[in-house]
Amino acid sequence: MPKDHGIGASSKRREDVRFLTGKGQYTDDINRPGQAFCYFLRSNVAHGTITSLDVSAARDAKGVVGVFTSKDLEGLGGIPCGWEVTDKDGAPMKEPKHPILAEGKVRHVGDPIVAIIADSLAAGRDAAELVELEIDELPAVVDMREAIKGGTVLHDVAPDNICYDWEFVAENKAAVDEAIRNAHHVTTLELVNNRLVPNAMEPRAAVGEYDAGRDEYTLWTTSQNPHVIRLLMGAFVLSIPEHKLRVVAPDVGGGFGSKIYHYAEEAFITWVSKRVGRPVKWNADRSEAFMSDAHGRDHVTKVELAMDQEGNFLALRSSTLANMGAYLSTFAPCIPTWLHGTLLAGNYKTPLIFTNVKAVFTNTVPVDAYRGAGRPEATYQLERTIDKAAREMGIDPVELRRRNFVKPDQYPYQTPVAVIYDTGNYDATLDKALELADVRGFAERKADSAARGKLRGLGIANYIEACGIAPSSLVGALGARAGLYEAATVRVNPTGNVSVFTGSHSHGQGHETTFAQVVADMLGCEEANVDIVHGDTSRIPFGMGTYGSRSLAVGGSAIVKSVEKIITKAKKIAAHLLEASEADITFANGQFTVAGTDKAIDWGSVALTAYVPHKYPIDDVEPGLEETSFYDPANFTYPAGTYVCEVEVDPDTGVVEVQSFVAADDFGNVVNPMIVEGQVHGGLAQGIGQAILEGCSYDENGQLLSASYMDYAMPRAADLPMFVVDHSCNTPCTHNPLGVKGCGEAGAIGSPPAIVNAVIDALSAHGVTHIDMPLTPRRVWEAIRAARN
Amino acid sequence: MYAFDYARPASLAEAIEAMKDEDAKALAGGQTLIPTLKQRLASPTTLVDLNGIAEIKGICLKDGMVAIGAGTRHAEVADSADVQRLIPALAHLAAHIGDPQVRNRGTLGGSLANNDPSACYPAAVLGLGATVHTSAGRAIAADDYFQGMFETALGEGELITSVDFPVPEKAAYMKFVQPASRFALTGVFVAKFLGAVRVAVTGASESGVFRWPEAEKALSANFSAGALDGVALGADGMIGDLHGTPEYRAHLAGVMARRAVTAAG
Repeated sequence: MPKDHGIGASSKRREDVRFLTGKGQYTDDINRPGQAFCYFLRSNVAHGTITSLDVSAARDAKGVVGVFTSKDLEGLGGIPCGWEVTDKDGAPMKEPKHPILAEGKVRHVGDPIVAIIADSLAAGRDAAELVELEIDELPAVVDMREAIKGGTVLHDVAPDNICYDWEFVAENKAAVDEAIRNAHHVTTLELVNNRLVPNAMEPRAAVGEYDAGRDEYTLWTTSQNPHVIRLLMGAFVLSIPEHKLRVVAPDVGGGFGSKIYHYAEEAFITWVSKRVGRPVKWNADRSEAFMSDAHGRDHVTKVELAMDQEGNFLALRSSTLANMGAYLSTFAPCIPTWLHGTLLAGNYKTPLIFTNVKAVFTNTVPVDAYRGAGRPEATYQLERTIDKAAREMGIDPVELRRRNFVKPDQYPYQTPVAVIYDTGNYDATLDKALELADVRGFAERKADSAARGKLRGLGIANYIEACGIAPSSLVGALGARAGLYEAATVRVNPTGNVSVFTGSHSHGQGHETTFAQVVADMLGCEEANVDIVHGDTSRIPFGMGTYGSRSLAVGGSAIVKSVEKIITKAKKIAAHLLEASEADITFANGQFTVAGTDKAIDWGSVALTAYVPHKYPIDDVEPGLEETSFYDPANFTYPAGTYVCEVEVDPDTGVVEVQSFVAADDFGNVVNPMIVEGQVHGGLAQGIGQAILEGCSYDENGQLLSASYMDYAMPRAADLPMFVVDHSCNTPCTHNPLGVKGCGEAGAIGSPPAIVNAVIDALSAHGVTHIDMPLTPRRVWEAIRAARN
Repeated sequence: MYAFDYARPASLAEAIEAMKDEDAKALAGGQTLIPTLKQRLASPTTLVDLNGIAEIKGICLKDGMVAIGAGTRHAEVADSADVQRLIPALAHLAAHIGDPQVRNRGTLGGSLANNDPSACYPAAVLGLGATVHTSAGRAIAADDYFQGMFETALGEGELITSVDFPVPEKAAYMKFVQPASRFALTGVFVAKFLGAVRVAVTGASESGVFRWPEAEKALSANFSAGALDGVALGADGMIGDLHGTPEYRAHLAGVMARRAVTAAG
């Protein structure tokens, strides 16, 4: 019987009631008395020097409250970067200033130059047309391969446009080179991991308000981590101490990484609310989102995989150019390095790995983490290269993968790229996926497709990811300028119901449901008696927020720790009330009982006693029932799995249709199978989007060609097959109390190589060996035509 | 959006009067104009809303032709029993423009007056050899109406009132959608009349919708997909963009034409 309650139950998402009935409170739903509106005038050229800027006519325009340029912001900091990567020669990365408003130069289309505060958005837009702005346009550089030649330089501190030149594992370099030189066979693949626009359903927004009476600021903002924003913005940009700054991330309509970062707009809105003495709102329109939300991916990579005669992997060498865009976004430097290089072992026991990553400034929107962040790029290059190797070696791609798997008896497994996998079973998910995909029946389906003039292909990809980010001491050593623990306060109220205050932030993940399931399970109470509070720095403890599939593994663990402390304290109170020894008290199903007797007391009585401590062990225990915990994980978690898909290609048009998709994931223990399945579906949709539809495109002048949904193709329901999702092969995480690994990103990580491998399988008879994503009809048709010719 | 005056005439005569202001813009279904206004890419003095004019709406049969009022929405054309019976290809085309929201707002006249090079309706009008009637009392043959990308034979302030579609023996429209916008990357309308075949291609050319004489000739001799073997469209003048090179569009025109012939039966 499936559970209907607590851990393991598919409890319905309680938050959906308000989302689906229009009762959600998103940032744009927040309106403050006397509120003014902000409009940002942005650069329409990719690179240029501001030679003249006159805002006097705009200032005098009707309905205008204030007009601001970088000159008005003197004394404020730039937008900080939260991670420092060290160059191969030991020097710190190049870290150019990222001003709130452009200082003398613009560096990408969408770079904000002037901010106009007005009584209405329309008045602000009208005034923007009165700004007299002259930009002396400079040549733009968009292609990283061009950028690293120098010539066109974005920042004086980086004359070759290289932010850092990183090597990992440096000590392996010579051995890797030698293994590749001497190998029986080396498979080489050059590929592009395409730039993506995150496209959260809710565009970014901010409302700033200053309370002059209390000298306090409040910022409502679309964030995945309000405490991080408060810290970065307060300490590094605006010099506002934490106790005078409240940051609220209310209901947030999707993030996918793009709402982790501290953005210029929210800092400006906070600052200007004091300056103009009125609350100020800014809400990005979709066009602004395209040119100002941090983009994702954008790697150009060359991979070489060395093998012996049997196909055993001997060494992997990879070199990547990673686009940073025009400025460093908050966590940009760590994505192509520590979230990418450390995953290059994949599910395999490749003994020697070396990678070189050059991070490159270009005249494009900044790039940062997007669902998966570094791990999709690592997985894609591995799984594409292995597929190519299998063809070149004449070995079945399943067999080649299996032969090189880390095996279940090898855990904990020390990879050659620093991380230690605690547990896993890659054969199990591979077998399960092959079974569910009915791989045996593929030949028949391929023949059926051929009879209809279609080319059918089967694609397989394994993935592993490092989630549950992250042990603070480890990431500190790697350059993080923050810890990555999570915090939770559990407050049992006097009548026994429970308020949980978590540093995690839900922007679609269903934490309000899942976390309540965990607490209810531990306390033996109804889920409805547990409320989850998140997103408001004035209510929640200092926590690090939600990204990297960390919420349950890290935030959930902090909650578990607090509940454990609550139970320990409650047992003391129960022992006193029951006049028994604390050691004899057992707690189950919401009842405290004295072992071996029928003496019992219920949860509510103990909770009430904690707050009405008349008969109370006051010498041993303080009144109240509230505990706070900070959980710092001992290791990353390592979700892994196997994806198998089939595609049909129309050779006349190049159209790729995904016919079936099987995802066999090992997420460790699962708290809510329905929510996990939903997370996988969403990830797969984004991964399939990356593989066949989504491609952010700039022209050579740095103009964003895919600047709206007219040209940027998002996946629609009709683009997706019915997904088959399985979690039966789970190996619980060994180092967190729930045994959970995280499920938010897997779908987006494992699916692009599975899809591309399937398309290449379909086209292999035509001699096609690789196509760069997205596999649009045009590209597929051109690849077929080129191979035929 | 910039400020503008708003007029909602109740008759064609009032609309004609309102359109005498040279900076007035006619609003039909608004599926192009409203987004354009929102992006401040147009600044009409007056928006003349045609949605209150009953006389330019509706579908009727006239002299063996299907007459569709300019103000008729795509969904009405798609759902019309007469259109489905007499020109099912036209009903099918209308049923696949955009999404339900677009189909319940967008109008035939609006689409033709705008003449977007990637729109579907121009392919049907040209492919069927329809006649466009206007507020100036003109009856313009489809072959004369379309004059290039976003260019038509309409004069200043002239409004489309209705379109007469001849009924073919058989016809079909095949659209290859642009993956993002779902407009026609290339769409081909094939219509077989007694003694003649018309083939119109939309989405592909820098000059907007056009007829493909070589395909028409081949199909007039032998109305089968195989008749198009060896008939290829040149890439010159085709649109090249993110989603397709001129060569790809020219190729797709051939594929879609063959499929349209097959679908027409």
